[in-house]
Amino acid sequence: MEITTHDLMTVLHGMGFGALFMLAFSGALVELYRLSAPGAPSAMSAGGQTLLGLYLVAMVILAWLTVFSGTYVIYPWYRAVPPEGVTDLADYPRRLLLSSGKTSEWHNVGMEWKEHVGWLAPIAMTMVAYVTMKYGRAIIQHRNMRISVLGFAVAAFVATGIGGAFGAFLNKYAPIRGGDVIILMQEEGP
Amino acid sequence: MTMSQNAVEFGKTVETIPNGPGAAAILAAGVGCAAIGVLAFASELSPGLRGLLNFYNPVGPLSGKTTVTIIVWLVAWYGLSRIWRKETVNMRAVNIAALVLLGLGFLLTFPPFWYLFV
Repeated sequence: MEITTHDLMTVLHGMGFGALFMLAFSGALVELYRLSAPGAPSAMSAGGQTLLGLYLVAMVILAWLTVFSGTYVIYPWYRAVPPEGVTDLADYPRRLLLSSGKTSEWHNVGMEWKEHVGWLAPIAMTMVAYVTMKYGRAIIQHRNMRISVLGFAVAAFVATGIGGAFGAFLNKYAPIRGGDVIILMQEEGP
Repeated sequence: MTMSQNAVEFGKTVETIPNGPGAAAILAAGVGCAAIGVLAFASELSPGLRGLLNFYNPVGPLSGKTTVTIIVWLVAWYGLSRIWRKETVNMRAVNIAALVLLGLGFLLTFPPFWYLFV
C-alpha cells in the first residue's frame, strides 16, 4: 500500500482540513443559535461560552489551513504546465480538463468558482468567532449583530460546501498525481 | 440560579459593550468577501490586472487576489475598529451593507456571471 506526497497533501487539504471544518458546522450553528436566540430553551453557562469560543477558534484555524493548503500547495500542481511535446496529460489536471469539451467546464466553472469562493469561509468564520467571543450572551441585545453572525456562519458553510463538492468532482475527473512515493505497507513475500 | 436568571446576568455583564467593535468586524468581513469577488471579476475582464496580480508564479494571479483580499479585509477591520471602538453605530445599516457585500462576493466569484461580460 503506497501513496504519493501529492495524494497525501490533497487528502490532508480535502479531508483533514476541509471536511473536518464542514463537519464542525452543525455543532457551531446549533451552539451559536443557543447562545444568541432570545427564546433559546437553555441559556449557555460561562464555561459553555468559553468552550464555544475555543471550538470556533479551532474552526477558524481549520478554515485558514484549508484555503492556504489548497491555494499554495495543491493549486500549483493542478495548474502545472506540461513540457513541449507531452501528450499524456494525466499529471497536468487543468490541461487535462481543458483538452476536452466534455470536461472543460469542470475547470471553467467548477475550479474557477472553487478557488475564489472558498476564501469567503475563513474571512466569515474569523468574524463569527471574534464577535461571538467578544459579546458572548450579550449578543441577544444586538438583534442585527445576531443576524449577521448567523448569516455569515451559514455563508461560510455554503462557500465551503461549494468548494468541497467541486473539489471531490474535480478529483474524480482530473486527480492530482505525482510526487514522491511513500510506502505505507508492503506484503512480505518470497 | 435558573436558566433565565443566567441569561439576564450574562446580558447585564456585557451590556456596556458598545456595538462598534462588532459592527467593525462584521462590515470588514463583508468588505473582505466583496474584495475577492471584485478582484476575481476584474482580473477576468482585464489581462493587465491579471498580470499585476501574479505575485507568485506557481499560483498565478490567484496569489495576488488572495493577498490583496486579506490586506483589504484587515485594513478595513483595523480602520473601522479604530473609528468605532467606543461608538454605538446604526447596526441595521451596517448589517444591510455587510450582507449586500457578502452577496456581492458570492455573485462576483461565480464564473457564469463573468462570462456575461467577457
